Amino acid sequence: MKHKGRAWKFGTNIDTDAIIPARYLNVTDPKELAQHCMENENPQFLKEVREGDMIVAETNFGCGSSREHAPIAIKAKGISCVIAKSYARIFYRNAFNIGLPIIESDEAVHGIQDGHKLEVDLEKGEIKNETTGQIFKANPIPPFMQKIIDDGGLIEHITKRSC
Amino acid sequence: MDMTITQKILADHTGLKEVHPGQLINAKVDIALGNDITAPITIEKFREAGAKRVFDKHRVVLIPDHFAPNKDIKSAENCKLMKEFAMEQELTEYYEVGQAGIEHALLPEQGIVVPGDLVVGADSHTCTYGALGAFSTGVGSTDLAAAMITGELWFKVPETIKFIYNGKLRPWVGGKDLILYTIGEIGVDGALYNSMEFTGEIIDSLPMSGRLTMANMAIEAGAKNGIFYPDSITEQYVNGRAKRKYRFYTSDKGAQYKDIKEFDVSKIEPQVAFPHLPSNTKGISEAGKVFIDQAVIGSCTNGRLDDLRMAARVLRGHKISSNVKLIIIPATPLIYRKAMKEGLFDIFLDAGAVISPPTCGPCLGGYMGVLAKGEKAIATTNRNFVGRMGHPESEVYLSNPAVAAASAVLGRIGSPEELGAIFLSP
Repeated sequence: MKHKGRAWKFGTNIDTDAIIPARYLNVTDPKELAQHCMENENPQFLKEVREGDMIVAETNFGCGSSREHAPIAIKAKGISCVIAKSYARIFYRNAFNIGLPIIESDEAVHGIQDGHKLEVDLEKGEIKNETTGQIFKANPIPPFMQKIIDDGGLIEHITKRSC
Repeated sequence: MDMTITQKILADHTGLKEVHPGQLINAKVDIALGNDITAPITIEKFREAGAKRVFDKHRVVLIPDHFAPNKDIKSAENCKLMKEFAMEQELTEYYEVGQAGIEHALLPEQGIVVPGDLVVGADSHTCTYGALGAFSTGVGSTDLAAAMITGELWFKVPETIKFIYNGKLRPWVGGKDLILYTIGEIGVDGALYNSMEFTGEIIDSLPMSGRLTMANMAIEAGAKNGIFYPDSITEQYVNGRAKRKYRFYTSDKGAQYKDIKEFDVSKIEPQVAFPHLPSNTKGISEAGKVFIDQAVIGSCTNGRLDDLRMAARVLRGHKISSNVKLIIIPATPLIYRKAMKEGLFDIFLDAGAVISPPTCGPCLGGYMGVLAKGEKAIATTNRNFVGRMGHPESEVYLSNPAVAAASAVLGRIGSPEELGAIFLSP
């Protein structure tokens, strides 16, 4: 599956309070959560992000709380894919579980600037920077995680196995 | 093969003789925990999966603590949803407000989690139970739903980093300072995906309250779990409260470690984590003049009886600064009652503090002490991210209960020694 969009660059240790502040955690509606995604971190993102855009971040993206509201808010905001050097472990699991594509790639994060146009091929594990013409490789997705994705998420995965 | 305590618990819960770091396993779960902000999504996933019953009505634990007693209508709806689910599933470990407390203080206190357990909770501070010698880790709502349905969950066996603490503790230095110092040394992703194993002569004599505080903040270094070897202190703590049979595991001599870090604690003074990361630590003598508007003593990190006693020792005979709000939150009803009976409430009220019922409230900027733009708070909580306790332009400084209490009196971040308080170890 291919995604196209513009890059929104973020720094290191983007925590889940930055992604979705805890004061909104009594909300479960994805659309309502999306209205507050990254509002403390970058208010411009909230106003100008377009369907398909991508978040590009440094290390330890999604650290902090276990709130699944964080990947849900990002996905509902229309973000097609997150590219980071590394992820906090609970966020990593949560993203796969709810079907938010996330990619690990040091070289891509280095070679992408705010606003660059990107094309991501999830199957090939390739990130193309259409602004500069560079192509980057994503770290391969662990086969076990791929199985969860292929099944359509964790709930579908366990339902299939128990049948 | 020689294994770490974490490997042994995971192997036993998988029915394997041994497991090695990096191995993917499907392990049996002893306790699956949710709260009023994570369980509503879990329940939605449970329904989506077409599940009818939880795997074991005694092992699914639901606690309203984050925005409970209900802070607003939306929170009330979530708590109601969770309660109705608990009733439908006949859960024995659902605790209503009045019996409920902050989950990570309540579960060990009530003997719901025991040494040797494998615990998952849809709350990142689920790692707290490592203090008892359990493997315990935070997951998201969907993972929790899977565990609630099947009684199992997949894990990648982590590598372990061993942390050894030797030397002599300085006055007013405890578990909170050791863990803040450690996170300051290794960073907020210093133990990413790894297990943190805490050991050394200081740990051998560290009370359970200090161990719970340290294990609680393993997540702030990115760790999957933090763990202690159970010993006589563990036995004393769990004996009489454990609701199930428990088992003590320990690491083998030849167990493999990714890294070993040794600290001479004699050099460690009370720590303060400056905004906006728990790793941004300084010794109290280097804090400078930071004037505060609020002090919070409580949370799953430091809301236990030992913490309140420590705060009371500092506050006795003092009035807090007229510029400061001091909010004290005993973490469970039992702690609340004991603190009251011991006379701690008189000391707190005389000092000018307000005492809240058990809730996570202010720690995550929910309610019961939210900060305005530009306000600064010192807190015994676990996170000081941007906007964590309220307005994005407010600031949170993390410390132990004694430093938070002293700071409330001084009106600025400062040490109990400045007030002439005399240290007695808990």
